[in-house]
Order: sequence, then structure tokens, then C-alpha cells
Amino acid sequence: MARITASVYTSHVPATGVAMDRGRTGEPYWRPLFAGYEASREWISANPPDVVVLVYNDHANAIGLDMIPTFAIGTAARFPVADEGWGPRPVPEVVGHAGLAAHMTQSIIQQDFDLTIANRLPVDHGLTVPLSLMFGQPDRWPCAVVPVAVNVIQYPVPSGRRCLGLGRAIRRAVESFDDDLDVHAWGTGGMSHQLQGPRAGLINRAWDNAFLDRLVADPEGLACVPHVEYVREAGSEGIELVMWLVARGAMADLAGGPPPQVVHRFYHVPASNTAVGHLVLQEAA
Amino acid sequence: MGLDKPYAEIPGTTVFDADQARIGYGLNQFCMSLMRPENRERFLADERAYLDEWDMTEDQRQGVLDRDLNRLIALGGNIYMLAKIGASEGKSYLEIVSSMVPESEDEYREMMLAGGRSPEGGRHAAGRAPEA
Repeated sequence: MARITASVYTSHVPATGVAMDRGRTGEPYWRPLFAGYEASREWISANPPDVVVLVYNDHANAIGLDMIPTFAIGTAARFPVADEGWGPRPVPEVVGHAGLAAHMTQSIIQQDFDLTIANRLPVDHGLTVPLSLMFGQPDRWPCAVVPVAVNVIQYPVPSGRRCLGLGRAIRRAVESFDDDLDVHAWGTGGMSHQLQGPRAGLINRAWDNAFLDRLVADPEGLACVPHVEYVREAGSEGIELVMWLVARGAMADLAGGPPPQVVHRFYHVPASNTAVGHLVLQEAA
Repeated sequence: MGLDKPYAEIPGTTVFDADQARIGYGLNQFCMSLMRPENRERFLADERAYLDEWDMTEDQRQGVLDRDLNRLIALGGNIYMLAKIGASEGKSYLEIVSSMVPESEDEYREMMLAGGRSPEGGRHAAGRAPEA
């Protein structure tokens, strides 16, 4: 049977992708940030997933204004790397797990989450930057990926409670898949940042760290935080953080099991316009 | 009864909601067209002519020509779509974002290195609610 073994949370700042793609990670600006991922890279090489269910948002690349799914699942065998306007990132194409994705789609829709099914989904920095942060620059990614795209671009985005509930549904779907697979749930985006208007550049270190505390210890309470608090405290784009609740909802303690172990926690300001947060939670042995 | 928009009073911030998306649809569709290299080339070769091909208001076209992103946000632009104008010119997100703030680009860069813009004083419209 497939099982959720861990969840990983990280910002997906495009500039961190550029820094890796152009070999700048050793520069003084970037060194402290990438140092914060070294422990996670060691951990994941010792605890490799077969599949990552990667919760992210598209940034007006595959998904514009023609159709805007609140939740979409990528069911394809392969996902090309999007050209976001600067040309595609020089990273491997993303290989899906069409069998698990088909199973998840059926299971999750039957749990009353009306997923949009995406068979053609170019993936942007929201999905590829987390892979690069965790795996570096391999010739091919060491695991399959099932993308779960969440609308956080056109308001209203799904509520925290809805995101946590989707995570629970993902867990049930994965655990009812017959193949023997170790599966990670990753939540990406955030932390505090605002990319528009005169208030752009907003960073809220205290709020971000309280979010990390509560994500570990009080996810159900955190899921009740209203959208307006994210916008006010973490900036208009900080609302991406609701996606972390999807991954958190997939952990055992939200299905009556023991709490996860905190493997690694990291926070850094700045990466370009953004605060970077990172957390690795592993299921209790 | 109108939509409840508790976020509308947050200073210096425009939430891209259904109303903004409605007024900005043509502008944002123009921006999305810049994902194709051949369209980026055509736009940069003759911006005015390229803009005239799109169903946009004259204000929106002028905002693009002026690279006035705060104006374009007010006219329904979404930042991830507007960023494609800057991307066509090879600008980074930091360069694009810093064009909207009161600081110069260098000052903005320094502010971010020093920990970013504080939320203090920026949570509520003046006179609306006291800072905690």
C-alpha cells in the first residue's frame, strides 16, 4: 500500500531558481539561504520519496484567466517546464505518476472535492523551484510528481479549512492505493510578501514564525485564520501560505494518529521581494 | 447588497478579486500573450500597434506604454500578468516590484536586505482602526 511518510514546506521564490540556474548560490546574498536547505537535502537523500504530491500555484503561466480552477490535479505522465516570459528554466521535465493521480482523482472527487483534471499542465517556478531546492540540479528528478494546483491568484482563494480538508482527502486517497509507494506531501509558496502597490516589500517576521509554530502544533486552529489576516499581516501574495495547510492536512495526526516529528525548520529574509520559510515534518516511526 | 471586501481598506494594496478581474480582463489577456517569444518581439518592435490589437481601454494602453504598474493594478491588472511586460524586457521581479513603491530601486533593495517593509502602520487605512 502507498503511505504518506513526510511533508515538506517551502517558499518557491523564482529568484532562488534563477540563483541555482546561474550558479550564484555561493554569492554572499544567496549563501545563507541555500545553507538553510542543506540539512533537508541530506534528509531527503536518506528518505527518498517515490512520489511527491506537490501543492503549488501557477502564476499566470499554464492557468490564465480563461479558466481558473480552485483545485486542479495533474494526471499526465509528463509535465513540461513553462516559459514564464523569460524562457523556460533549464531543469528536467517533470515526470508524473499517472496511475496514482488517476486513483487520487477518483478518490478525492468522491470525498466531495470537485477537482479539475489537468492532462496538459506546463509547470512553472511554483512547482520546479521546490524540486530544485530539495534535490539540487540532477539530470532527472529522482521521484515522480503529482501536481496539485491551487488558485491563489484571483480572490477568493480557498479557505484554510478547505485546504486542510483537501489534505485529509489526499491522505485517504494515497493510503487506498495498492502500490507500495512512499509519498511526500509538499506545500509551497509564501512566506510574507507583497508584490504590488506602494506596500510592496512587506515582510512580517513575527507573523511568519507564528505561522510556522501553529502549522506544527495547531494546524486546525491555523486553518481558521481568515483571508483578510493573511493579506493584512503577510501581504497580498502571502496568501499563498494557505497551500501549506493542504500538505499539513495529509499528516497522520489529523487522522487520529501521532504528531509528526520536526526534522528541520528554517526562516530567512530576503529572497528578492520575499521571506523564505521551510519546514520538514516526518511521520512518527 | 455588494460583496464583503474587508481587505479594501488595507493601504497600498489592491486585491485581485472578481471585480478587478472583470475590468482588467483585456489588459491581462494582452499580458498573457507575451508568454510567446514571437509576441514579445512584435510588442517591443511597435508597442502601440501591438496594444491596438487588444480589447483594452485607452487608459490601460497608456499605462502599459508608461510602465505605470500602480495605474495598471488600479485598472484591473494582476501583478503576475503585468510582470510579463517586464519579463519581455528582461527585468527581474525585484526591478518590476520596486517600480511601484515610494523608494528608489536601490533603496528598495536595501530595505529588503534590512528585513523588508514593516507591517507597522500599514495594516489599516488612516483613521479606520488603531494599530494593535
